[in-house]
Order: sequence, then C-alpha cells, then structure tokens
Amino acid sequence: MDKNCLCDLVKEHESTIRGICKKYSDSPGSLISILNDVQEDFGFLPIQVQEIIAQETGIALSEIYGVTTFYSRFSLTPVGKHKVSVCLGTACYVKGSQSLLDGFKRALDVDVGETTADNQFTLEATRCIGACGLAPVVTVDEDVFGNTKTEDIADIIGKYIDKEEN
Amino acid sequence: MDTVTLDRIQQERYDEIKMRLTHEPCKCKHIMVCGGSGCHSAKSGELIKELRKLIKDEKLEDEVEVVQTGCFGLCTKGPIVLVQPEDTFYSKVQVEDAHDIISMHIKENRIVDRLLVRENDGKVVEKLDDLNFYKKQQRLVLRNCGLIDPERIEDYIALDGYQALKKCLFELTPEQVVNEIKDSGLRGRGGAGFSTGRKWEICAQVEGDIKYVACNADEGDPGAFMDRSILEGDPHSVIEAMAIAAYAIGGQYGYIYVRAEYPMAVHRLSTAIEQAREKGLLGDHILGTDFSFDLEIRYGAGAFVCGEETALLNSVEGKRGEPRPRPPFPAQSGLFGKPTLLNNVETYANITQIILKGADWYSSIGTERSKGTKVFALGGKINNVGLVEVPMGITLREIIYDIGGGIPNDKAFKAAQTGGPSGGCLPASMLDISVEYDELVKAGSMMGSGGLIVMDEDNCMIDIAKFYLDFTVDESCGKCSPCRIGTMRLYQILDKITKGHGTLEDLDKLEELGLAIKDMSVCGLGQSAPNPVLSTLHHFRDEYEAHVVDKVCPAGVCKDLVEYTIIEDKCRGCTLCSRNCPVGAISGAIKQVHHIDPSVCIKCGLCLTKCKFGAVVLGKSKKEDEE
Repeated sequence: MDKNCLCDLVKEHESTIRGICKKYSDSPGSLISILNDVQEDFGFLPIQVQEIIAQETGIALSEIYGVTTFYSRFSLTPVGKHKVSVCLGTACYVKGSQSLLDGFKRALDVDVGETTADNQFTLEATRCIGACGLAPVVTVDEDVFGNTKTEDIADIIGKYIDKEEN
Repeated sequence: MDTVTLDRIQQERYDEIKMRLTHEPCKCKHIMVCGGSGCHSAKSGELIKELRKLIKDEKLEDEVEVVQTGCFGLCTKGPIVLVQPEDTFYSKVQVEDAHDIISMHIKENRIVDRLLVRENDGKVVEKLDDLNFYKKQQRLVLRNCGLIDPERIEDYIALDGYQALKKCLFELTPEQVVNEIKDSGLRGRGGAGFSTGRKWEICAQVEGDIKYVACNADEGDPGAFMDRSILEGDPHSVIEAMAIAAYAIGGQYGYIYVRAEYPMAVHRLSTAIEQAREKGLLGDHILGTDFSFDLEIRYGAGAFVCGEETALLNSVEGKRGEPRPRPPFPAQSGLFGKPTLLNNVETYANITQIILKGADWYSSIGTERSKGTKVFALGGKINNVGLVEVPMGITLREIIYDIGGGIPNDKAFKAAQTGGPSGGCLPASMLDISVEYDELVKAGSMMGSGGLIVMDEDNCMIDIAKFYLDFTVDESCGKCSPCRIGTMRLYQILDKITKGHGTLEDLDKLEELGLAIKDMSVCGLGQSAPNPVLSTLHHFRDEYEAHVVDKVCPAGVCKDLVEYTIIEDKCRGCTLCSRNCPVGAISGAIKQVHHIDPSVCIKCGLCLTKCKFGAVVLGKSKKEDEE
C-alpha cells in the first residue's frame, strides 16, 4: 500500500478515531479498549493512527507503541480480506493441526502472520477457540470448519476465492 | 428493586421453569438448545432459528418454546438439544433435523431415535441423566449451564439467583462472609490453589478508602475453555459473587478482565451486567441497603502472561501486561495502587453455593486438602471431548475412561496433560492418581486452570514438550532474562533433539536449565514454563533416549526421524498419491509401482491419507524393513 493512499485513509477515519478516544475519556486506563475499537474501525494500527490516539489521549506515543507491539491482537500492518486461522490449541495440536497449518502455508504461499500478495488472505495460528469437540478446527473470518483434514484445504480456500469473482 | 420483588420474580419464574428440574408433565415444553461456543461453531444458532420458524409456521407457540442455554459439556456430540420436561437428549442435531423434532417429538410425542446418543457399548440412551458421561460428575459450578437461558436474568433468579447476595446483606456481617468462605476450604481455581478465604481476609483487613474487586477471565491455556463456558452459560453467578466479595472486603467497584477473543462470553456478560443494573442488583443501594457496587468489563488483547495476577493488573490499567514484583501483593496495592481482590471465574462461581448451603456442606465434598469440585476441559484423543465437573479426589482413570469414554480407535493411552503450558504430563502408571492440588504437584504437574488433554500412542512426548515451549517462548513477556532467554534455549535444545541432532548430554542440560528457570523467573509464567519438559523428561525418558541415541521417533511424529515409503506389493499404480504430492516427490507410471524420493519428500503425509490401498506407510527410518 503506498504511503499517500494511507494518508487519505487516515484522514477519512480521523474523526471516528478521535470520537472513540473521547468515548473513553472518563474511564482511566482504557488504552486497550480504545485500540481494540480503533482497530475494528480502521482494520489495523499504523503509526499514523497511533499518533492521533496519542494527541487525543495525551498518552505518549512511545507508550502506545509499547502496548500495540505487546499484544498479539494488535496489528501494525494491513491484513487480508479474509483471515484464515488454524487453531494450534493443544486439543487441536494433538489431533494434527500442525500439518494443517503447514498445508495452508503451502497452499497460500505465505508464512504465519503474513498476507498473500493479492491481499486476499492473512494466515494466522490461533490458540484455542473453544470448539475442541470439532478438533482440528480452522476458521475463515466468522466461519468455523471442524474436523478438518489436509485434503480439505483447497476446498476451504476455494470457497472464498469464488466469492471474489461473483 | 427490594427483596420482596426479588422473591416474587423468583417464585413466578420458578413455576414456569421448574419442570426442567422436576420433569413433571406441563402445558408448554421447552426445547433447550446448547448455545455454547462448541455447539455454536457447529451451527446451533441456525438450528434455533429453524426450530423457531417451524414452531411459528405450525402455530405451536403456546405449546413449545425454544431456549438457548449454556454449555451441556458433551461437546463432541454437539449440537445438543434437550427436550423438557421429558429430559430427552438429542445429539449432533443438524438444521435439517429440526423438522423431525417438531413433527415427531413435539406434535406426535414420538422420540426421534436416530438423534439419540449411542454409548461405546452400543446402548442407546434416551435421557440426559442416564448418559455415562454425567454419572460421575457433580455439577455445582456448572449447575445452571444447560438449565437456564443465560441472557434472561429471571431464569437465574428463579433458581436462587441473588439470594446469596441477599443473605449476605441482610443476615451476615462482612466478617462472617469471609469466615464462611475460609471455612469452606475453597482454593483458587486459577491454578496455584491459594486459599480463597485467606485472600479475602487479607484484603478485608487492609486499610483503604477505595478497594477493587477483580475477576480473572483471561483464560490463556490453549485447549481450556472452562471459564468461557461459565461466562457463557451462567454469567450472573460470577457477577453476584463479585458483589458478595465487594461486600466482604469493603469494595465499591469491580473489573472483569476477559479475552476479547471470546466474543460470545463478552456478549452474554455484557447483557447480564445490563440486566442486573436494570433490576438494581448492581449500582447504588442494592436491594434497598446502603451497599453499592458496580463493575465493568476490560478486554485482554491476546497475551497469555496477563493471566498472571500482577500482569493482569497492568493490562486492566491499559499498559503492557508485564508482571510486577511482589510484594506488595495486589491485596495491598493492586489496581491504580489500591487494595484489589483478584479471583478467577471458576472460584467466583463457587461462592453463591457456599453462602446458600454453608461451609460445612461445601467442605464435605472433595478431599482433606482440596474441597469442592473442579471443572476440566477434556480434549485431545478422547471420545467424549467436552467440559466436565468432578469432585476433587476422583481418579484420572475415572475421568478419562468412565466420563471421557476412553481413547478413540482402540489406541493405547499414553499421557494426560494437566495445567496447560504450566503443567506436566502424567503417564499411564499414574492413571490412579487422586485429582487434587497437592497430588498433582507431587507428580510434577499441577491442577492449573483445568485443561486436561489426553494423548495416545501416536503422540510424541518430545514434540508435545516442544509445542508447549514454543508457546511460552512466544508468550514470555521478556521482562526477566531467565524466562526470556531460558525458555528459548530449552526450545532450541528440544528442536535439536526432534531433528535427530541431540545427545545424552542435552538431556542433562534440559534438566539443569529447567530447574534454574523455575527458581529464578519473576512470575508464574517463567516459574512453571519448564514443567512440560521436566515432567516428560521424568516420565518418558525412554522416548527422549530413543530420539538422541537411536535417532528414532517411536511415535512417528518428528519428521526428520521418519520416512514415508510405498509397499510394492500393495501399490496398484493408481497415481493418486503422485498427483496429490505437493512437491512431486513421488514417481511412477500408471499401473506401475510408485516410489517416494526421500530427498524431495517434505513428509506432509498427504500420500498416506490419500492412498486407498494402504500401500503408503510411515516407516521409522531405521526399521522400515519390518513393515
């Protein structure tokens, strides 16, 4: 994504971001809640967005950066249109989710945490989504695929590629 | 509201739903559909919509009602539907099955046989109470899960909800509440097992104008979902307990710290908080008394270390979740520097029962040093994956075989892992261990928050230890070097062993380093991180030696120590394997025997799963000619 494009995008969202900060101004120690809400709105937390939060809350940018880089939920880089998460919770792991993850890496040609070149898929390894009865589990966005096998990978990805063409 | 209103709501709603308990015939049936995370992932939400639509179409609104409940526990058989008052238990109910439930069960009073549970011994079971899965369970904490609609406060009130708070405010002094909890023998369910009553007492005795009550719902153990299920199935039990705790210690405000990755738990909890506020059970002058208490939710953002109490406090304050040195303990100086009482979700979920039924009743359950029950998330290689609640002192064997239904596919039990990344693996020789705090610690594991993962002969224990270390390396906050550097070194040595480059000396190094990390780390994460390595090293030394001496992975998991081969006699030359091989490692013409080139093979195992003739086998490098 080129820089100019991001600037426009930030500008577009600036008032929303400031609004989110204001919403929490009465509640001390709400930085994580603010970041959660802003990420939901903007999609990720580039440094330009963190700067706005710093201005609005009076919290030092260095401190905000410390928090955004500490928690795995926050992303400083753009994420793909679809989030593919392979559960690496213990229950799924002992049922072979590592080979599933390896399979998705090959199929999408990305490593964990990376986004495909066409910005369609971000691959993530997640910890326990609580659907251990369906282990091993893969989620794509809100959809849950239970009892997944390596041979299902192409089908799962296919479902979301098809949607794009329609 | 006042106590008269509370009692009136209780009576009115109890009359409407008591048949769920008594199973007496009644005018309106209730179709209880599990809305826990597991069943929801298996589309129980759509099932509910379909059932409601059919009821409307058939104009059966006066005869039957659909209720979304919390987790029934038997996740493996989900989505679960329980029809009350007759207590008929349907499993694996798909959206398409809604029609039969309405037309057969509701309209014609005929059981839908194909949806009943078939036990391992082939017996078909009709009622929940007759399922082997529930026979040895004792559901105190999960008492309301599956029984009430968690998004309806009247359901909770009907079953003695907020009566414990009423009893505390009108009949007990704060000291008496603390003493009751102390006498019950309840210990913290988050892992370490500190006396809950003692914790309340310390916090009550500290001077302070403002005190906080906090709830740790940052369930980070991968493969554990007890706390989530409680919040999803019975959120008011936690809210009421926190109000009681605030009354006991002199607190005014509460925080529930919950993972943002649990959207459904957050939703149910928020709904419950709003309803409690509307009814005046949170806020100023609760039940007409001088006692005021309110609380809010704070979100975790995916950091395992935030389950550690001091790190959690930092995170609630919106900071990096790094642990603080203790003392001062949170009870003395916690949130925003004020005295703070911090308990885990499951601990709180015990409180109302102790207040209502008394410390003597509670302490009669369990063992000498571990009272009450414990909820476990049973997962891995076990038939009945799910959530179970058992009295302390039950044996591991009873949990795995009687409740869990044993290991699938006739495989041999190898190990049970308790306590997640902080716990250890128990071998088959310890199946008769009494499940309680001190016994598990003696065996090199720990109770932990309640994850219980079963492994069979196909799991490699070194690989499992490496899996947990990979997790702790990732989750170590980096504040202290024994944990930050030590866990990485442990991981590197394990990695070396799984790749076939380990030596016997490495095993001694693992032990020495592991003990040092335990001794020197600042917080519980580092102090317990070596447990998975140390316990497997202790109980499965043979397997480590096989990796370092014979360079063989007996379970066939470690890729560098295994090889896939094709048995010539069995190969029909169908080309299915070579067409599916992602790296083109398999050669052979159609109707000719195929071969795998080990130098190209990435050991993904796809050929083995694809082959219809059992021709592809997992050779254990050295012993492949035996196959």
